[in-house]
Amino acid sequence: MELSGAQILVQSLVDEGVEYIFGYPGGAVLHLYDALFQQDELKHILVRHEQGATHAADGYARATGKPGVVLVTSGPGATNAVTGIATAYMDSIPMVIISGQVSLPVIGSDAFQEVDMIGITRPCVKHNFLVKDVTKLAETIKKAFYVATTGRPGPVVIDVPKDITAPQIKVPYKYPEKVSIRSYNPVVTGHKGQIRKAVDLLLSAHKPIIYSGGGVVLGEASKELIQFAHTLGYPITNTLMGLGAYPATDKQFIGMLGMHGTYEANMAMHESDVIIAIGARFDDRVTGKLDLFCPYAKIIHIDVDPASISKTVKVDIPIVGDVKPVLEQMLEIIKESQKQPDAKALELWWNQIRQWQSVNCLEYDRQSPLIKPQYVIEQLHEVTKGDAYVTSDVGQHQMWVAQYYPFDKPRRWINSGGLGTMGFGLPAAIGVKLAFPDENVACVTGDASIQMCIQELSTALQYNTPIKIINLNNRYMGMVRQWQEFSYQSRYSHSYMDTIPEFVKLAEAYGHVGMRITKPEEVRPALEAAFAMKDRTVFLDVMTDQTENVYPMIEAGKGHHEMKLRVATGTSTDRELA
Amino acid sequence: MRHIISVLMENESGALSRVAGLFSARGYNIESLTVAPTEDPTLSRMTVVTRGSEEIIEQITKQLNKLIDVVKLIDLAESFHIERELMMVKVKTTGEMRHEIRSLSDIFRGKIIDVTPTTYIIEMTGTSEKLDAFIAAINPDCIIEAVRSGPTGISRGEKGLHL
Repeated sequence: MELSGAQILVQSLVDEGVEYIFGYPGGAVLHLYDALFQQDELKHILVRHEQGATHAADGYARATGKPGVVLVTSGPGATNAVTGIATAYMDSIPMVIISGQVSLPVIGSDAFQEVDMIGITRPCVKHNFLVKDVTKLAETIKKAFYVATTGRPGPVVIDVPKDITAPQIKVPYKYPEKVSIRSYNPVVTGHKGQIRKAVDLLLSAHKPIIYSGGGVVLGEASKELIQFAHTLGYPITNTLMGLGAYPATDKQFIGMLGMHGTYEANMAMHESDVIIAIGARFDDRVTGKLDLFCPYAKIIHIDVDPASISKTVKVDIPIVGDVKPVLEQMLEIIKESQKQPDAKALELWWNQIRQWQSVNCLEYDRQSPLIKPQYVIEQLHEVTKGDAYVTSDVGQHQMWVAQYYPFDKPRRWINSGGLGTMGFGLPAAIGVKLAFPDENVACVTGDASIQMCIQELSTALQYNTPIKIINLNNRYMGMVRQWQEFSYQSRYSHSYMDTIPEFVKLAEAYGHVGMRITKPEEVRPALEAAFAMKDRTVFLDVMTDQTENVYPMIEAGKGHHEMKLRVATGTSTDRELA
Repeated sequence: MRHIISVLMENESGALSRVAGLFSARGYNIESLTVAPTEDPTLSRMTVVTRGSEEIIEQITKQLNKLIDVVKLIDLAESFHIERELMMVKVKTTGEMRHEIRSLSDIFRGKIIDVTPTTYIIEMTGTSEKLDAFIAAINPDCIIEAVRSGPTGISRGEKGLHL
């Protein structure tokens, strides 16, 4: 079969099993769009801004585990995609981004809409390819998917010059079934000797804790993690990215750890004598001040990426491998050893943890006449029966979802953890809804974040992706305001926008349903009404207490044991800050 | 501590910038860097001289290994190895100086590879310290220019860095 480069690209994606491609046309990809027009297997989702395309593909990838695919034009199309590429890179999300490029002979001449996409994206992709020969195109695409989805996943860019896709040049096409790259061989199973050592250490622990992260979600190892934790009976904490990989309503779960983690999780980390880190990377938002991090603990670390091991925290027993096979290996060795954890020590340890739990660090003022954002999230959890896909933007609302929406399944919690990209939530929710049209998909956002990609409301109408947007509207960039309150004597420098659109009208202008909620008693009925409208995107503009802060908190330069807890100040009165 | 990392990588455009970009993005130090294709034209070999604590060097080698274009690497400082650097120095040579420079070059086992009535170009290989010593031994006013390749190295014995 002889095909043009454009046809090869489209057919390769079809042969790769790609269902959706998120994109925006432009000069350098016109041949490609013409090829897309002449087929109906690959569904193209036209976004309103290239950043939206990357986040939508990213949301799709996070929810399904399949790679997200993006198509953008050269120059500004490519640069607009960079934020989304970096977002995926920081959270190890498999994506393939196809960017148009000016024709080969004019590369380097500052041609119209030319940027060095390979150079620009080099630090924020797992790998990138510039296609210089149409006969290598199919193989390059296969390689890109292989690299993006294996080992530690990540985004891969394929930069395709316009002349490569020219309709008049046809070459034989065959999509390779397999590719191998001699310089790329990710490790899968763990080193047996290391695993034995780890099991010995784990079983000798008196104050053990399991600290698991996004790697368990990415590695589809939730089942193995649950079995592992239940076998040992040890307390388990999740990172922001790991939420849902272990059921939050399980009694061994002690909440998220880190900057806005629970008091009990952070105290348990601090006091522990053995930590097993599973698919987590000791991010600075997790560790707090490194010198104070887990002073009494021996650390075991399972990670598919050797460079994540001992990067910031020196570990005692490193195990390189995919979390799923490594956990299976561990369970087997635990079984073989016929040893049991020290029951007496474990009981004492759990007693200690229960004591920390009794601090009730997530309690908030439930009597307030103002809408407390935490209450909205709790109600969302109830109305959706704890089984919705929830995307978020970045800031206070993101932390409140992490704290007050207990996720029991992996891939339900979709947020930008590493890069912290405002504007992520709405397009990501569209990607999730396309993948799971029958599931409840909520985007929890804030009045600042939502404005960063609000144009995608239009995409949501075009493709009929009825999502529910819960806008916790406190008229501030809440997290910035909170830091300014704590660290800058309440000098609220530019964290307040004097003008905010009327979101209800805005939602209506985009063809959706808008609702404004101003009283606590309206929250529940509004959520119920919104989720009852199965075929409409609903924008709930919820006016929340402006002064509310995210507690508990580890402030900059502090350790896990130095959490700032909420000081009860009685019922808040009707306060407006500005 | 000083380390010499020898990297075997795909001989593809952009591979060098991936390595250079990695060092600058992560704040690692590069003292010198040399690169050229190997006897197998699909591969090139790069020698990077860097400095850092054991933890940093470990991160550097892990991060380099993560690059898709990197096939293999070794830290030569970990075992017996030989390193050499090439230098060419152009010196002003008039009158008595011509003889003096020539004998100094002989002492350092340099070769005079270009002669004009007023200049010599001396070629010299050796460890970086030896080249430093030669530079220090000549009157700085005589040096018109000096060019150095940066060190490159190879491990001793039967082991080698290959596919």
